[in-house]
Amino acid sequence: MSENGDKSSIHPLWLRLIHWANAAAVIVLILSGWRIYNATRFMHLRVPFTGEALFPNKWTIGGWLGGAIQWHFAAIWVLFASAVFYILLFLLTRRGKQFLPVTPSGLLADIKAFLRGRLSHADIRQYNTIQKLAYLFAMIDLVVLIASGLVLWKSVQFGWLRVLLGGYEAARYIHFYAMCGIVAFIVIHVVMAVLVPKTIKAMLWGR
Amino acid sequence: MTPDIKNDEEAILKEANHLLKDPAKRRLLGNVLTLGGLSLATGIALNHYGSVNEILKALSRFNDGAQRVIFNPNALAPTYTEADIKHPFPFNAFYSVDKAPVVDGEKFRLELSGKIADRRPWDLQHLHALPYTEQITRHICVEGWSAIGRWGGVVFSEFLKRVGADTTCKYVGFKCADGYFTSIDMPTALHSQTLLAFTFDGQLLPAKYGFPMKLRMPTKLGYKNPKHIVEIFVTNVYPGGYWEDLGYNWFGGS
Repeated sequence: MSENGDKSSIHPLWLRLIHWANAAAVIVLILSGWRIYNATRFMHLRVPFTGEALFPNKWTIGGWLGGAIQWHFAAIWVLFASAVFYILLFLLTRRGKQFLPVTPSGLLADIKAFLRGRLSHADIRQYNTIQKLAYLFAMIDLVVLIASGLVLWKSVQFGWLRVLLGGYEAARYIHFYAMCGIVAFIVIHVVMAVLVPKTIKAMLWGR
Repeated sequence: MTPDIKNDEEAILKEANHLLKDPAKRRLLGNVLTLGGLSLATGIALNHYGSVNEILKALSRFNDGAQRVIFNPNALAPTYTEADIKHPFPFNAFYSVDKAPVVDGEKFRLELSGKIADRRPWDLQHLHALPYTEQITRHICVEGWSAIGRWGGVVFSEFLKRVGADTTCKYVGFKCADGYFTSIDMPTALHSQTLLAFTFDGQLLPAKYGFPMKLRMPTKLGYKNPKHIVEIFVTNVYPGGYWEDLGYNWFGGS
């Protein structure tokens, strides 16, 4: 750690704490959510090649439906708290500038660079357009997950949200597809982080 | 190091090792710290190291409290039309449909107990003579499906008023002919859409849907809607429930 501490760090301490709390909460939510899904399996999906019904219980946590729900509703409070702190500190520290603006020309230039294998991560403080879009997608997807989850949990108390999402059963599908979205994000995010290890260091130690 | 401390250390390590054997728990052990913090914030002391289940149960209680706060007695569940009714309506219980209890309607008496002024038992004839209301609502199951059905009966708050139930109490409990039992919060018991239902789809409730009566609440999940009710009681002592005691959330509200 430098003498300057967090002042010169890429990610301030509050952001790193929120990131890892959020990561843990989202992973618990996904793995327990799969177990909850297994109680009815409304999508009739199968594991490629093995043909097992998705999601094999060994991939899940909670042990049974009731246990999985307990994990799910425990992790929700962690996600909720981290979302509230993130939004507050995001606004206070004006972090928005990292993720915006996203321009079509910038995207086109980045796609070309990506196809030539020259998309730069030299300065990890600077996000390229594809990164900006990926992080914006993750944020919006989390909002969709929380909104559809609220409808599944409290469809009467959040009646306006139920109507907005197209009804109770629609919320179930939205919740499922948004889960697929966040899983895809995590897979890409982790692969990219491993390819550029200094990003992991920055998220752990700040620089 | 005194022998006592040494013993404690061994016990903690043993417990931790035991937890670490389960890959799912191992993956999540990091999270336990966060959950522990939350649990302390809710004022629940932890007496056992690594007692993940206790933490989860404590958070489920916390979740009950949150739902009590969110619950708006004036928020109504949506109602539907005849065309939306699911046929055949799904059967669901902790046993198969052929094991549904057979109740003799002639001999049947609904027992009342606890903080109720008039605890005289009710026969079906008198119950069926109560003011009748019907509603078409969505039954939401904790297992991840829902189905729309039509239930008819007496508004439960009207029934509670007639028998002189102490509605300042916290809970209304139900005992059922199949050994099932559950309990609900008083605000939900008094909700205008909570029905003591005697009919399904215009017919007397068949055995599979809960003869002689079920409590129908479109503001609660299916397992909170008891079938085959034989006794209703009002109390301030937390009565729990069949699934709730196994780990389902007690409030279970929509």
